Amino acid sequence: MDLDRLESGPAASGTVVQVAGLSHWYGAGSMQRQVLQSVDLAIAPGEVVLLTGPSGCGKTTLLTLVGALRQVQQGSVRVFGEELHGAGRASRQRLRRRIGMIFQGHNLLRCLSAEQNVQMGADLLPGLGYRARRDRAREWLRAVGLGDHLNKLPHDLSGGQKQRVAIARALAARPQLLLADEPTAALDSRSGREVVDLLKGLAREQGCGVLMVTHDPRILDVADRLVQMEDGQLCQGARPIE
Amino acid sequence: MLGRLWQGRRIPLAWLLLTRQPVRLLVALAGIAFAGILMFMQLGFRDGLFDASVTIHRLFDADLVLISPRSSSSVSMAGFPRRRLVQAMADPAVEGITPVHWNLLLWRNPETRGTRSILTLGFEPGDPLFTDPSLAPKAKLLQDRGRVLFDERSRPEFGPVAEWFRSGRTVESEIGGQRVRVAGLVGLGTSFGADGNLLTSHETYLKLLPNTPPGSIEVGLIRLQPGSDPAAVVERLRQRLPADVTVLTKEGFIAFEQNYWRTSTSIGFIFTLGAAMGFVVGCVIVYQILYSDVSDHLPEYATLMAMGYRLPSLLGVVAREGLLLATFGYLPAYAAGQGLYWLVRNATQLPVTMNTTRALTVFTMILVMCMGSAALAMRRLADADPAEIF
Repeated sequence: MDLDRLESGPAASGTVVQVAGLSHWYGAGSMQRQVLQSVDLAIAPGEVVLLTGPSGCGKTTLLTLVGALRQVQQGSVRVFGEELHGAGRASRQRLRRRIGMIFQGHNLLRCLSAEQNVQMGADLLPGLGYRARRDRAREWLRAVGLGDHLNKLPHDLSGGQKQRVAIARALAARPQLLLADEPTAALDSRSGREVVDLLKGLAREQGCGVLMVTHDPRILDVADRLVQMEDGQLCQGARPIE
Repeated sequence: MLGRLWQGRRIPLAWLLLTRQPVRLLVALAGIAFAGILMFMQLGFRDGLFDASVTIHRLFDADLVLISPRSSSSVSMAGFPRRRLVQAMADPAVEGITPVHWNLLLWRNPETRGTRSILTLGFEPGDPLFTDPSLAPKAKLLQDRGRVLFDERSRPEFGPVAEWFRSGRTVESEIGGQRVRVAGLVGLGTSFGADGNLLTSHETYLKLLPNTPPGSIEVGLIRLQPGSDPAAVVERLRQRLPADVTVLTKEGFIAFEQNYWRTSTSIGFIFTLGAAMGFVVGCVIVYQILYSDVSDHLPEYATLMAMGYRLPSLLGVVAREGLLLATFGYLPAYAAGQGLYWLVRNATQLPVTMNTTRALTVFTMILVMCMGSAALAMRRLADADPAEIF
């Protein structure tokens, strides 16, 4: 039954993410500080949205709210049509299984080989046997060009390779939304470029929406849409790149 | 079914977390094994000592035992009227009785002339005393006055009696100023209260201890008809006999002796404390290992939670780590325990052996140790906030 929902969700609603009037605060009392002010944002299936802006402007907070990692305080965040405002820990956690996340640091499990790391993602898929999940992990590693490095530990991989493993891990869980926080920050320009192109290509193929926070000016051209953020507000220059 | 389980399996994360850091794993296993060995030794010594206190008690051919209520242990047995034992014969379930004298007497070492107290049992040579059938023919030798059977497993301080006897010499010694001759050897074993044992006839016993009140014995053995219920007979005899005698089953007699050593001496306390210390040391080690393991991998656990893994399944990983540590720490502890027991047996003649109960007790304690530490280490997992890893 999980599979049915997985296939039908985004296509039915038309948008993967629908954010409306989202505000967020950190701290309490006199120390309270607003980090997001009535943010509106929508992401369609297969769309790649890049979020840029100075550090501390609230990009990462927006990412964690869309990623169902934080409680929504005010406003509405709908992911796959499900309202996150007021959603409990369990339902957010269930939702997270359908969201792929790629972190600034690759955050691979150090004790697992590349293949096993990717399989940790595939293991989240319900109803698949061990072999099917392992084959899926291998396929994804081949898709990111690491077919020869299946049994290497993260320790023995280069920065770009680790990030590619992280991408394979995120995609192996067959997400409909991919959130990435500066995936190229730790990479040189060439491997950064490769990673982003790969990400975009695979996301397209899967029909999966992408929200990527980045500072990296070299990769802005992969975006279908560029969103600028400043002081917790989206600057409505939300224009598609020519 | 099995195939489905096999296909449903996941990456063995707990196993990989442990084995990919072999040095830490070895330290952990060494710590757990050490704690286990400590517990095995302490509990083994304790049980061995308690077992050793009833070496003789176990040998008796009896279903029920009468003793005086004033007796507190094998080293201070008081007398009671022999009549009580005869009265017990009136019960239809009673098949036979053996009155036994029991006291510690001073034996003179025939070689060095030094004296040392030895447990002496006096009985009618024709009566059954021990379940071991090899005693009966030797008991006939006691029908002559002044003859004793010497326990060849007595401590060497009593003199080279067994060697002399086997080499054909006539071994004579003195008990309380009375000359006795060793008529044969038996193998009984030392106990806590007695470093050696002597068997002699009722008649000789009275000669050695002329002040024994007439008609007084220290232990009365009662054998029941096959198929009778000892507990029921104990109940009947307690009602029938006056209060100057205590009726026990053979197990009760053994427990009575062990209880004395357990409660009236600090032996039990000391060794239980030793085992408890092993337990605590083990807890500290395992907790340290698991806590630092969880702390080191906190960002990874947070990542897994961000990916959609549930907290319980991550707690399960820590619990499995605890379980693996317990199992693999226990095995060397068990093996070392066996080896050390063997050494102790050879060095002290204490009956220290591995038994299932103790093996299970120690395993349970190691399991509790590891799982408790895992549970404490899991609290650290609550700090794994997936929102913080971006």
